Amino acid sequence: MISKNFTTNLYLGSFLILISLIDVTLNSFFKLNFTNFLPGSISFFLPLILGTIGLYLIRSDYTGLKQLDILNKNVNTSNFNAVLTLLIIFLIIKAIPPSMSWMILDANISGDSREACTGTGACWTYIKVWFKRFMYGMYPNELHWRINAAFILVIVLGMAGLLATEKLKKYLALYYVIIYPIIAFLIIYYLISGGAFGLEWVETGAWGGLSLTFIVSFFCLIFCFPLGMIFALGRRSSLPTVRYISIGYIEFWRGVPLITVLFMSSVMFPMFLPEDFFMDKLVRVIIAITLFEAAYCAEVIRGGLQALPRGQYDAAKSLGMGYWKMHIFVILPQALKLVIPGIANTFLALVKDTPLIFVVGLAEIAGMLALAKTNPEWLGFAMEGYIFASIIFWIICYAMSKYSYNLEAKYKTER
Amino acid sequence: MNNKFKRLIPQFLTLLLVVLIFGFFTLNAQVNMDNRGIDFGFGFLKQEASFDIQFSLVEYDGLDPYWWAYVAALLNTLLVAVLGIIFCTIIGVIVGVARLSSNYLIRNTAAWYVEFFRNIPLLLQIFFWYYAALRALPLPQDAEPLLGVSYLTIKGFYIPAMIWENLNIFLYSIVLAIIGIIIVRTYARKLQENEGKQLPVFYISLGLIVILPLLSFLVGGVSLDFEIPVIKQLSITSFTYEGGVGLPPELIALTLALSLYTATFIAECVRAGIQGVGKGQKEAAASIGLNPNQILKLVVMPQALRIIIPPTTNQYLNLTKNSSLAAAIAYPDLVLVFAGTALMQTGKAIEIVSITMLTYLSLSLAIAALMNWYNKKIEIKEK
Repeated sequence: MISKNFTTNLYLGSFLILISLIDVTLNSFFKLNFTNFLPGSISFFLPLILGTIGLYLIRSDYTGLKQLDILNKNVNTSNFNAVLTLLIIFLIIKAIPPSMSWMILDANISGDSREACTGTGACWTYIKVWFKRFMYGMYPNELHWRINAAFILVIVLGMAGLLATEKLKKYLALYYVIIYPIIAFLIIYYLISGGAFGLEWVETGAWGGLSLTFIVSFFCLIFCFPLGMIFALGRRSSLPTVRYISIGYIEFWRGVPLITVLFMSSVMFPMFLPEDFFMDKLVRVIIAITLFEAAYCAEVIRGGLQALPRGQYDAAKSLGMGYWKMHIFVILPQALKLVIPGIANTFLALVKDTPLIFVVGLAEIAGMLALAKTNPEWLGFAMEGYIFASIIFWIICYAMSKYSYNLEAKYKTER
Repeated sequence: MNNKFKRLIPQFLTLLLVVLIFGFFTLNAQVNMDNRGIDFGFGFLKQEASFDIQFSLVEYDGLDPYWWAYVAALLNTLLVAVLGIIFCTIIGVIVGVARLSSNYLIRNTAAWYVEFFRNIPLLLQIFFWYYAALRALPLPQDAEPLLGVSYLTIKGFYIPAMIWENLNIFLYSIVLAIIGIIIVRTYARKLQENEGKQLPVFYISLGLIVILPLLSFLVGGVSLDFEIPVIKQLSITSFTYEGGVGLPPELIALTLALSLYTATFIAECVRAGIQGVGKGQKEAAASIGLNPNQILKLVVMPQALRIIIPPTTNQYLNLTKNSSLAAAIAYPDLVLVFAGTALMQTGKAIEIVSITMLTYLSLSLAIAALMNWYNKKIEIKEK
C-alpha cells in the first residue's frame, strides 16, 4: 500500500515536524534560538512553515499504519487544519513555562506574613492567610464550627429524603417543598445567627465569604422554585386576571438587571415598609433574588407545561379530576421531569449571580476579595485572589452542570 | 351561574391580593416620605447635576441638568452593549463553528473555552480583567507603541482619532451604495425568476460599496486625517497621552469580560443551529445539483439561522442587562451614574430606581417585540 515515494515523504515530513517542535520547545523552555542566523520574521515563523510542510508530506488518505491514520484523520485533513493544529500545539508549549513558573516554581506558600512572598511568582501565602476570611467572612474564628455544623445538618436532612421507604415516598414532595425549607431556615437561623440556646449572637453583617454564597443561593433556590411554579401555572391559566398578572410579573422581572433589583432592595424597599419595621439586609437581598429568579423559573416550567401533549390534560379531566388534582398528580410530575435541564441552568445562573450581592455591601467571596485587596499589608495580590475564587466557582458550577446531565439521563422517559 | 361564579372568585381574590400589596406599599411610602420631608416628583431632573462623569460620548459637565446626565450615562451603557455584542458575535460564531471542526485539537480547545468561561461568575471575570490583568500593563511613559500609532497602558488604550472633513458627504455615499445594492439584488432576483439568468450580485455589491465612498474622497472633497496620540508630561512622575481617543480601562475590562462570557452562550446557539439542520437537507440539495457554496447559502444557512437567531437575541439582551455590572468597577454607566451618584445627591430613591428599571425594561421589551416580529416572519409557512 505504501509506495517507496511516500516512505521518503514520511521520513522527511516527520523530520521537519520534529525540528519545528524542537525549535519551539528550546525557544520556550531554554530561551535558545538556534535559527537566529536567519532574518527576524523568518526565524519567528520558521517552525510553523517547517511543520506545515512536514504535515503536508505525511498527509495521505490511507496508509495502513494505524497511528499515522489516526493522526491524519484527526488533526491533519487539510493545510488549513494543519496550520491550526501547529498553532495550538505551539501555543501550549509557549504557555507552559511562564504559567508553570508563576504558579508553582517561583511561587511562595510557606510562612504567614507578607514577607514570605519573595519570589517573582504567585503568592499563595496570601490565600493561605486569608483562607478563613474567604470562606467564613468576618464571622468570629472560634465560632466557625457553627457554620460547618449547620451546613452538615442541612445536607444530611436533604439526603434524608433519599432514604425514605416506599411507604413514605408519597410524602416526599411535601417534605421537600414545605417541611425541609422551614427546618433548614430554623437550623441556619439558630445555629449561625445564634442568640438562643446559649449561643452567642452574630449579626448578619459579619457573615460572608463562600458560606454566605451558599446560604443565599440555598434559600433562593428552595423559595424560587415553588414561586416559579405558581407563576407558570398562572401564566397558563384560563382566567384572564390571573394570566395577565402573571405575565406582567414574569416580564417585569425578566426585563430588569439583577443589580437594579438589588439596588431596589437596599434603597427603595425600606421606604415601602412600615416605619418601625426593620428587615435585615440579608433577608431583603434573599427576597429580591428569589423574586427575580422565580420569573426565570416560571418561564422554564412553562416550557415543560407547553411540551405536554393535550391528551394528558384531557385524560386527567375525563377521570373527573379538578384543576389542582390534575396538576399535582398528572401534569406537574411529567412537566417537571421535562424541564430538569432548564431548571438546573436557572439554578446555575443563580449561583453565578450571588457574587452580585457585593454591590449592596454584603461581603461574600467577591466582597472579601475586594476587602483583602485593599488591605495595606497585602496590596498587589489581586491576581491570586481572583484566580482562587474563579477556581472555586468553576468547580461548583461545573459539578452542577454535570450533575444536571446525569439527572436528565436518569429521568428520561420514553414517549 | 355556578360555573361563572367559580371562575370569578379566584380572579377577584388574586386582584384583591395584588391591590392590597400595592396599597400597603404605597401607604407606607407616603408615610415614610412625609416623615422624612421628601416629596415625590420628577422635578429634580431639571436641576443642576453638579457631578462629573469620567467618560462620556456627549458633551457633559457638572452644570448640566440631571436628565442630561441620564442621557450621557445611557449612551455609555449602550456603547458597552454594542461593543460587547459585536465582539461576542465574532468570537461566538468562530468558537461555535470550531466546536464542530473535524480537527480534534480545535474541537477540544473550543469545548474547553466554553466550559471554562461559562462556569465562572461574570462579576469575577470583570474584576479579574480590571484589577488583575489590566493592572499589569505598563505606565504611559513605558508603553511600547502598537503598530506605531496606539498605546496600551494602565491608564487606558490610546488609539488615533479620525478627523473628517465633509463627513456627511461620505455618509451619504454609503447610504447611496446600500440603496444601490438593494436595487441590484431585487433586479437580480427578478431576472432569475423570469429568465433564469444569474448576476454576480456579490461582486456588484462589493464594487458599489467600495467605489462610491472612494469617489466621495476623490470628487466629493471628503478627507480623512488621523490624529495620533502623543505623550505629554503632567508632572515629574505623571504622564498622559494627548490627542487621539483614550478608551478607559473600565471600558476595556467590561467589554472583554462581557464578550468572552456571552460568546460561550452564543457558541452553543450556533452549534445547535448548525447541528439542527438535518443531513438529508444537505444531501437533497447536493442531489439537485447545487454546489457546496450554494448549499451553504441557500439551504443550510436559512434553516440554521432560524434556530440560531431567537436564543442569540436573548443572549444579546442578557449582555445588555449584564452591562449594568459596570457599576462594580466604576465605569460610568446608567446604574453607577444614575442609581448611584444621582441617587446619593438627591435622595429620590423611588423615582430614580424606577426610572433606571423602566429604562432597562423598555429596552428588553423593545428587543423582545422585535424578535417576535422576526420569528413570525421567518417561521416555516405551512400551506
